[in-house]
Amino acid sequence: MIGPGTGMLGEDGIHIDMNHLKSGEVNLGTSIMAINFKDGVILGADSRTTTGAYIANRVTDKLTQVHDTIWCCRSGSAADTQAVADIVQYHLGMYGIMNNEPPTTQTAAALFQELCYDNKDQLSAGIIIAGYDKRNGGQVYSIPLGGSLHKGPYAIAGSGSTYIYGFCDAHWKEGMTEEEGVQFVKDALREAIKWDGSSGGVIRLVVLTAQGAQRHLYLPDQDYRGPGYK
Amino acid sequence: MPGFDFSNYNRNAALHARGVPLPKATSTGTTIVGCIFDNGVVIAADTRATSGPIVADKNCEKLHYISPNIWCAGAGTAADTEFTTALISSNLELHALSTGRTPRVVTVMTLLKQHLFRYQGHIGAYLVVAGVDPTGIGLFTVHAHGSTDKLPYVTMGSGSLAAMAVFESTWKRDCTKEEAIKVCSEAILAGIFNDLGSGSNVDVCVIEKDKPTQLLRNYFKPNERVKKERDYKFARGTTAVLNEKVITKEEIGRYVTVHELSSGSDSDSLVVVEKMDVDEV
Repeated sequence: MIGPGTGMLGEDGIHIDMNHLKSGEVNLGTSIMAINFKDGVILGADSRTTTGAYIANRVTDKLTQVHDTIWCCRSGSAADTQAVADIVQYHLGMYGIMNNEPPTTQTAAALFQELCYDNKDQLSAGIIIAGYDKRNGGQVYSIPLGGSLHKGPYAIAGSGSTYIYGFCDAHWKEGMTEEEGVQFVKDALREAIKWDGSSGGVIRLVVLTAQGAQRHLYLPDQDYRGPGYK
Repeated sequence: MPGFDFSNYNRNAALHARGVPLPKATSTGTTIVGCIFDNGVVIAADTRATSGPIVADKNCEKLHYISPNIWCAGAGTAADTEFTTALISSNLELHALSTGRTPRVVTVMTLLKQHLFRYQGHIGAYLVVAGVDPTGIGLFTVHAHGSTDKLPYVTMGSGSLAAMAVFESTWKRDCTKEEAIKVCSEAILAGIFNDLGSGSNVDVCVIEKDKPTQLLRNYFKPNERVKKERDYKFARGTTAVLNEKVITKEEIGRYVTVHELSSGSDSDSLVVVEKMDVDEV
């Protein structure tokens, strides 16, 4: 479907901007991130889902589990990222049963990349994958719009991430404790939410360690201080 | 050349680029809502169907059956909500028969989202899925592009903003059935009165654990037609008769062929083929 005013008739033919959301599509104008710390990884996200100027969901969960200790942060089109995450969850589930061994974070990231790259013309999905496995410990991968795959000490994505490149670069420390890591992610997302109009609501975190996944929730009316562990 | 011809696509794109608007599909300006309570879930809808600025149906049904304990409220393109819910309902019954289990709300939600995602938003169905199953109470929204949300209270359609305002100001957690029905119907009323695309009556569906589902059709009728307060008929003789001319059957017969229908030519023996309702005075 072509939205109003997206078609252009130039000298050399017709140009249609395909890289925009279809009209009425649900968008995750988002601030998401994931970091490595001493004992594993921490994923974080805001909770705002928008359709145009309307907030369709103010308590969205953008942190999605695709295997026991592999999670992802979703940004871009809600429909596209949910569909991709559902497909990856299915494949990782099958992998775990067939090989009698849980998949690694790298395997999950490679699956995400294949889907995002092969269907890059039809998808608008920016995904961060973070997981913990016995062999490699905590790992963070990022897949931006084109479908490339990047491994790093931490990853930020979504519309709000542009505001916190400087913050993260200035405050990043290698080998943080859990407490330091949680504080780092929370402070970064707080800043992203403050400056980005498309991000907002609560801050959700997932801490992934050898002990499994633990969820955190921080509310804006308590200055993102509590209730904390959930 | 065999195969599809896509030349019209380029023509349409060129026309659109020159400012010709795309044709509009018939859609229902709608208010639909849902809310969970301690022992189940309530969904509600208005009953106005529109095609452009015309009210196509004053009392249509926007609550669709999926299975005895799972119902859907639909907004968006009327035909798409109707056929999508019917298709999923049919597939779900076959699924229930082959597995021998009662269907789950998440199953319906997943079937719907995968169907709608495949059609990339071209099926304009915006749905509220609600029900109870052996795993508990379920309430979801499904957008036309295939994204889903899970919330304790939801609104959709053009009246969703008015309805959400009611929920955000009056909703309380751990509410009873009566409270859930009240907040849902009031949210629909807000849509009926404040949204041009919504109107007429309130339909409510109550799905409760271990109880038969109640469909409360026209739970509220805040827009009932009443007897006209004034008579707008012109009194006999209002228009002056300037002249009078009687044309007999024989005279008409000179120009057209006249067929005699009943031999008796009695006016009482005329058969009324079609009757049209007019306003009672």
